Amino acid sequence: MPAVRPRRPSPKLDMNPMVDLAFLLVTFFMLTTTFRTEEPVLVDVPASHSEIKLPDVDMLLITVSEDGRAFVTIEGQDTRRRVLGMMAGHYGIGFSAEQLDAFGLVAGFGVPLERLGAWLELPPSERMRLPQPGIPSDSLNNELRDWTVFTRIANPRVRVAVKGARRAPFPLVKEVMDMLVENNINRFNLITELERSVPVEP
Amino acid sequence: MSEEFTPRARRPLHKEVSIDMNPMVDLAFLLLTFFMLTTTFSKPQAMELVMPAKPKADEVVEEKPIKASRVVTLLIGPDDRLFWYRGVEDVQVNETGYGKDGLRDLLFRLDGEIEDLVLLIKPMRECVYENMVDMLDELQITGMQRYAMVPEEPADRELLVQQGLLQE
Repeated sequence: MPAVRPRRPSPKLDMNPMVDLAFLLVTFFMLTTTFRTEEPVLVDVPASHSEIKLPDVDMLLITVSEDGRAFVTIEGQDTRRRVLGMMAGHYGIGFSAEQLDAFGLVAGFGVPLERLGAWLELPPSERMRLPQPGIPSDSLNNELRDWTVFTRIANPRVRVAVKGARRAPFPLVKEVMDMLVENNINRFNLITELERSVPVEP
Repeated sequence: MSEEFTPRARRPLHKEVSIDMNPMVDLAFLLLTFFMLTTTFSKPQAMELVMPAKPKADEVVEEKPIKASRVVTLLIGPDDRLFWYRGVEDVQVNETGYGKDGLRDLLFRLDGEIEDLVLLIKPMRECVYENMVDMLDELQITGMQRYAMVPEEPADRELLVQQGLLQE
């Protein structure tokens, strides 16, 4: 046994290609990314063969959850703020400047207007944790209709999409559709996920 | 010349300057992970739905009578069940499914058998949204031209109960 072991050179790995790749990917993701808007409620959407893609801007999304609660997601900070201003005027409920600003940052919500102010005061982490009661859409107090109408006024180019949960009772979704038709929105989109089977011609 | 003024002669020629790249690489991977997790590649898919415009108050909608033999009624029932019958009177209600072998085959078959087929789609009050989307999807795939979504009538429910397809 030799008294001194020969020191083996530590194996060196050339990391450069890996780092190059990592930076390439970082650049790619940075340039292509669009951040996911926070969803007010998680819904499992039905599948279809339709492949129409929805734009990211100028959207009004009405979500109907499995238990029939309605949520509204309005794209665009400025649009949101203006819509809330109009809603406040219509219902005679005042909102502070802070609340308006907070609303500009909230993508989707399902809170009746009278409770919206208090909800906006909550820290953002609390907001999503609390169960939201949904936006009233019955005939006596149809806030959902007013949100839709005012969003269309605030942004005439807005497109309406309905995102229903698979197992949501159809009559509730139909109510939303009827409301849209009632307000002359005859063309709208239903959000679905792509079903992976190729349709066969007979 | 003393040795002190000729240091070059002794030094190794290329002394490599090594910068520790690890923090940079760490950061790169951190960013990579962040962007990979937050990015959404798949934009949501959507179906386009065009509803008939609501008639204006002073507008009279002319409804042409349709030959009963051209009409097929599809009833979207509870628990993902689907019923259908041809014609209007003395009908035999059949049941089918939403799959490829059910509804799609049925629509292709009916389209071949009946000229100018008219479909009446009646969602019953217990049906779920998914059934309706499946229905619209199949209508799209089979290229049906004439269909209408109409509210269910009590008679339809009675018919189903009568023929033992549904419990009251």
